[in-house]
Amino acid sequence: MRVAPNQAPRTTKPAQPPAADRRGARSGPLPALAEHGSEPAYLDHDDRVALFRFMALHRAIEERGVSLYKQGRVPGSFYDGRGQEATCVGAAFALGPADPICPLIRDLGAHLVKGTSPRRILAHYLGRPGGVSGAREGNVHFGDATLGVLGMVSMLPDMMPVAVGMAMAFKLRRESRCSLALFGDGATSVGDWHEAMNFAAVQQVPAIFVLEHNGYAYSTPSAQQFAVDPVERAAAYGMLGLSVDGNDVEAVFEVVRQARERALAGGGPTLIAAHTMRMHGHGLHDDARYVPAEQLEQWAARDPIALQSERLVSLGVDIEAITTAVAAEVDQATTEALAMPMPDPATATTGVFSEGEAIPIGIGGAPWSGFR
Amino acid sequence: MAQLSYLEAISDALRIAMGGDERVILLGEDIGVHGGAFKVTDGLLAEFGAERVIDTPICEEAIVGSAVGAAIVGMRPVCEMQFADFVACAFDQIVNVAGKFHYRLGVAVPIVVRLPSGGGFSGGPYHSQNPEAWFLHSPGLKVLAPSSAEDAKGLLLAAIADPNPVLFLEHKNLYRRVRGEVPDGPYETPFTARTVRDGDDLVVIAYGAMVHTALEAIDQLPDASIRLLDLRSLCPLDEEAILAAVRDCSKVVVVDEANYTCAMGAQVSSVIAERAFEHLEGPVVRVATPDVPIPLAPALESAVLPSVERIRAACDELLAY
Repeated sequence: MRVAPNQAPRTTKPAQPPAADRRGARSGPLPALAEHGSEPAYLDHDDRVALFRFMALHRAIEERGVSLYKQGRVPGSFYDGRGQEATCVGAAFALGPADPICPLIRDLGAHLVKGTSPRRILAHYLGRPGGVSGAREGNVHFGDATLGVLGMVSMLPDMMPVAVGMAMAFKLRRESRCSLALFGDGATSVGDWHEAMNFAAVQQVPAIFVLEHNGYAYSTPSAQQFAVDPVERAAAYGMLGLSVDGNDVEAVFEVVRQARERALAGGGPTLIAAHTMRMHGHGLHDDARYVPAEQLEQWAARDPIALQSERLVSLGVDIEAITTAVAAEVDQATTEALAMPMPDPATATTGVFSEGEAIPIGIGGAPWSGFR
Repeated sequence: MAQLSYLEAISDALRIAMGGDERVILLGEDIGVHGGAFKVTDGLLAEFGAERVIDTPICEEAIVGSAVGAAIVGMRPVCEMQFADFVACAFDQIVNVAGKFHYRLGVAVPIVVRLPSGGGFSGGPYHSQNPEAWFLHSPGLKVLAPSSAEDAKGLLLAAIADPNPVLFLEHKNLYRRVRGEVPDGPYETPFTARTVRDGDDLVVIAYGAMVHTALEAIDQLPDASIRLLDLRSLCPLDEEAILAAVRDCSKVVVVDEANYTCAMGAQVSSVIAERAFEHLEGPVVRVATPDVPIPLAPALESAVLPSVERIRAACDELLAY
């Protein structure tokens, strides 16, 4: 597992990272392969299997989404998170049931960890009212708020200030909760990123910011986006900034687990840069011709699901049984979703305003053994 | 009942809301020890503490965005934009996050964004704007614009109690100029129009500071029976009150302090044209600020803002039609 604190000087006094954070410092866009066979301190056998299963389910649902899209059954465009499954799954797995999460378009696994069913996700892709947004949202802009999952807003990173506000409320009410927002490297150039980072640090709120650093803002590579790696900016805000191998689900889990622990202990927010690679184009309409083939080959050799699979095989886990069960689950979910009715056009203008008492967002799943 | 200024009535509403509901928090620039640029929040820091009266950095997006976050986990944030003009910097969070959350995700966003708005005192292009139309065109937002101290308090309390994002336009030029009887304790004013003065020859439809300008103009036309309708709530819009006034009066002058194009008055005119055409005995006449930024020099500013004279002339001309 590799978790590296940034080394830039700090101008104020952020919480010092625990000693475990200081292991294996590294830099550069392509993380070294994770150590296989190392025993994670906070994950039991079932946790490690669950992490694999969530990633496999994430990929299988999206592969089905691609197929349905190509059949013309998915309205709008389609975006997937192939290659980035470990970051969202590992991050969400470290959250408690009352910790809300703001995923991005490549973070399907976060929805699954929080308890959103594949059937409702597929229904959402298919524009059915039985899906998560009531057929109102783009096929990756969704979130089941009753589970504490806030659907993304296309203007990036709009959910970062929202995550700060949730965390501010938790702190004010002395609740043992944190919020987590995911965003890409492209979002770090937007003003909201600065406002959220600064305000979170000033207020020392229990928020975790996970930067999915996949090297591209749509087609624009990092070198044309920023002159300084965004994780280095954390220190300038007085915030702890850490880099992690975003393709190692156990490493992501561990760094987010520690960030959560720190946040709940009053140590303030953390910026975590998870280095990963978007293995498809921005959307299915994008052939990603701007990505060098060798770059994709390098990352393909360290696929996050294959990496976790290797670990589990060495532990004697029957991977094929899991993937077969996942495929069957997606088949069943697809059948059920396709059987759902299309939305009633008369409902298009309803629900613009809320009526009655405002209901706060809900509590989601927290499958990590540490919460049992 | 107490005699309060418009500003004092707003402060009173905030104090009552905070005292009665610990979910109510305030966010804004210089609202704490300074008491706000206009002193609306003066004393609230001492009374409720820095955890609930939050002085923020200059970060309008983060003020509104964090208010949205606090609201969806059970708080009732009230944001202050130092001047309504700065709400342009928070536009994205208001329009794309707060306004669409309920429709997209079924999540209520009970926030209030207070907007000290309007001109008339040499504020210049960045301290005089009336930005309501930006938000009226954007679904999911309620927009209020009180003209009296009593309504300012009651509408603000109703806005804080509302489960939706509410933009609360408080006219800076009314803060200390307007006083009135204000009921003690909590009460909520409905999001409907109010007849300020009755009449049946012509109706002037206005809101905010223009209610007072229109009233002065009407006072100069004692021979005519002129009704004055104060919209109070721009969204939801009390269309029935507008239509009833048109049916009774048959002649309509619509006044905006905001710029002319796509203003509230344009929408009111459209409602009348669509739904009350047969009741009209003349064209709907509009008085508004032309489509220019608000200039600073008094001679220039008074040349663009609707004046008593312009409203009186519009009424005169229409009465003679």
